[in-house]
Amino acid sequence: MRIALFVTCLADTLFPAAAKATVRLLERLGHEVVFPPGQTCCGQMHINTGYQRDALPLVRRHVRTFAPYDVVVASSGSCVGSVRHQHATVARAAGEASLAARAEDVASRTYELSELLVDVLGVEDVGAWYPHRVTYHPTCHSLRMLRVGDKPLRLLRHVRGMELVELPDADQCCGFGGTFALKNAETSTAMLADKMRHVLDTGAEVCTAGDASCLMHIGGGLSRMDAGVRTVHLAEILAATEES
Amino acid sequence: MSSRDLILGRVRAALGDTPVPEVPRAYRPAGSRAADLEVLVDRLVDYKAVVHRTGDIASVVASLDPGRLVVPPGVDPSWLPPGAELVTDEHDADAVLTAATVAVAETGTIVLDGSPDQGRRVVSLLPDLHICVVRTDQVVAAVPDAIARLDPTRPLTWISGPSATSDIELNRVEGVHGPRRLHVVLADFTTP
Amino acid sequence: MTRTFLGMPATAPRGVGNLRGDEPFPAAAHKALADDQLRRNLGHATGTIRRKSGAVVAELPDWQELRAAGSALKAATMARLPELLEQLEEKVTAAGGVVHWAADANEANRIVTDLVRATGQRRVIKVKSMATQEIGLNEALAEAGIAPVETDLAELIVQLGDDKPSHILVPAIHRNRAEIREIFLREMPGVDPGLTDDPATLAAAARRYLRETFLSTPVAVSGANFAVAETGTLVVLESEGNGRMCLTLPETLITVMGIEKVVPAWRDLEVFLQLLPRASTGERMNPYTSMWTGVTPGDGPQSFHLVLLDNGRTAVLADEVGRQALHCIRCSACLNVCPVYERTGGHAYGSVYPGPIGAVLSPQLTGVADNASLPYASSLCGACFDACPVRIDIPSLLVHLRNKAPHPRTERIAMAAAAYTMDHPALYTRAQHAAKLSGRLKHLPPPLNGWTASRDLPEPPAETFRDWWARR
Repeated sequence: MRIALFVTCLADTLFPAAAKATVRLLERLGHEVVFPPGQTCCGQMHINTGYQRDALPLVRRHVRTFAPYDVVVASSGSCVGSVRHQHATVARAAGEASLAARAEDVASRTYELSELLVDVLGVEDVGAWYPHRVTYHPTCHSLRMLRVGDKPLRLLRHVRGMELVELPDADQCCGFGGTFALKNAETSTAMLADKMRHVLDTGAEVCTAGDASCLMHIGGGLSRMDAGVRTVHLAEILAATEES
Repeated sequence: MSSRDLILGRVRAALGDTPVPEVPRAYRPAGSRAADLEVLVDRLVDYKAVVHRTGDIASVVASLDPGRLVVPPGVDPSWLPPGAELVTDEHDADAVLTAATVAVAETGTIVLDGSPDQGRRVVSLLPDLHICVVRTDQVVAAVPDAIARLDPTRPLTWISGPSATSDIELNRVEGVHGPRRLHVVLADFTTP
Repeated sequence: MTRTFLGMPATAPRGVGNLRGDEPFPAAAHKALADDQLRRNLGHATGTIRRKSGAVVAELPDWQELRAAGSALKAATMARLPELLEQLEEKVTAAGGVVHWAADANEANRIVTDLVRATGQRRVIKVKSMATQEIGLNEALAEAGIAPVETDLAELIVQLGDDKPSHILVPAIHRNRAEIREIFLREMPGVDPGLTDDPATLAAAARRYLRETFLSTPVAVSGANFAVAETGTLVVLESEGNGRMCLTLPETLITVMGIEKVVPAWRDLEVFLQLLPRASTGERMNPYTSMWTGVTPGDGPQSFHLVLLDNGRTAVLADEVGRQALHCIRCSACLNVCPVYERTGGHAYGSVYPGPIGAVLSPQLTGVADNASLPYASSLCGACFDACPVRIDIPSLLVHLRNKAPHPRTERIAMAAAAYTMDHPALYTRAQHAAKLSGRLKHLPPPLNGWTASRDLPEPPAETFRDWWARR
């Protein structure tokens, strides 16, 4: 299958390892990955901070860039959430009905990585090997906007060599929330403190998730306290093999 | 312009021509299930009501040692134990004995509607012990069944267990302003 | 109000009521976050209610269908609001009640004060009511020399402690049993000096304290959970029996109700009476629900007044997206699941409506400029939407209101610049490389220093993804 990669601005700029892993994983499974040029950012930060008008050109660009592809994947729950639940709304609010319709069309073909693997490609065992003690944070937008359910966990349970440990209060937000982490930094930090406590309680070496932004937040906190736990994107674990 | 006209005018201006959506009623409606007495008992007990299953109401009342007892005028006299100390003013009563209109099994709720055997609302409120007689044919499965049976023009009191509060650390504790003890007599008068 | 705006939806007036805080949310939250006792009390209480509510919600196989019905019923109610209010007025009047219309808090306070004055009484008993908290009725009555006595246990704790409510359902949720004992010992006349902090003992103390007041006060003020247009029936859900006392013992009953509380038909209660208790206190049914239609001869108050309150509601209704906030049935489930509320408590929101629903309701009632920080008091985690028994999409409303909120000038410029850059891939690539050159920053300047105060930034990678892809 020919799959267009929506890399997301955050992964592109700060976490390319997650995006590269997505490419490696899909190619290993026998699919063709293309990277549509001209893509930048889905505009989620602008939309969620109250700048819908500024986000409009970004929505237009995203729709134009990905319209030609049958299947689009992003290894970010919140960016896919924005594409699926916000783009058409932003277009409609600006009175652009045809853009809204095209945005809905692109959204219907855009998948978060675990959705693509389990629902579209029908695979749960991706042949990964990752000999570490790992705990999984489900991330709010994957959980409650996309309703990915236990798909990421089903993928992780098939990873060989890995010990998967349950994260207490996993469905609780890590406190990132985009610009919330800046505008309400202290509340955000209080939420993060509880999330980190739960991560540490598991005794895991690695905390994984399907969203680089939440991982940046949790990882930034763990790094500040020299906790000795690292954050690794779900795609990187699924891409890892004994050979690599 | 009166405030009435002002507010209604504002509402109309705010709404414009908002369409009225259809209401999907795919939930379990009235009449979809039979009432289960065991469920009613389970739910009553769970919320700290005491349940007696007998037609011999007078004996239950006597066994509870009710003290000064108030009864609404329509209560069946055969429910009163011999020698009961009856008072007419609920302010002076230790206990009250009433009938009921409907009981909801799924929620453990009893509804009084102010009929002569249930009395004015205050009668079942001030005494510390409420003994309430529910006939088995008054038990319905769930809230929609109760709504279908009740007459909204009557003053209705829905009672689920004794008076309680969750205001201290969100833990339910029984016994605040209403009756602190609720005894329900579940009586089957259809089979002697 | 000026003549120009007659008939146009209006926001709640300033200078009266309790919809506006003294400081923005982050500043208020700063104090709350530093209060360890508060954090523990809130964590304990919200954890308890989440478990209870989750269990009784799971008992109903048709919970989602009930939510869908509740949501549609509320939307249908809003669309038919004028005719339903007129019908309610007609039915209540026919049943012996008197209906009053209050355009705002000032008018509602004046109506209630005049009604109490007309009875010659100097004291009223009150059932917990968000509407009367919202309009500052207690303050207005006190100014008129009338003493309002709150009879709900949590409201009593707040009133005795000269405190403010911090939760819709449990206004004293920020207090634990030891603190409540302290307040009772200090402020409750005639209290047993050997009072313990056992919740049942504390409840019994409130029972003794209020009993005489119930029996000797002939005027009561209540709110309403629902009012049925079809029949004119008012509905109040409660737990303790203080509601029954207030609704049946006095000679005069005055009910203050937001205009959005009306429901079309008697049958519609079969939906809301299943949704509200399970979402709210986590009970299959709350201990007491009272329903009355006008005046019943020989039973309960013989004088009944219903005050229908606007106070900004029509302004909310005027926003096609935002009007969903009026669907709220005040269950407080969204507060109990909100990670922000759990850490800051309700006072940080400034308004009587705290938590997620408060963050979308208060700014709309007052106009968003007066509560501009509230739509941002959320990480948009979405737990509130899932918990809402009438499916109010609070996260989307928050985003909608952020778009209407005033923005700081520097932020506006930065956001425009960022959007421009991201719409020009060449510029975007250049910006990525510039970010890489700056290396790993330990401390960012304001307003970004909020991040680096507690979190490290990631190490910039050796190359961006698109650079890697280009040389593949």
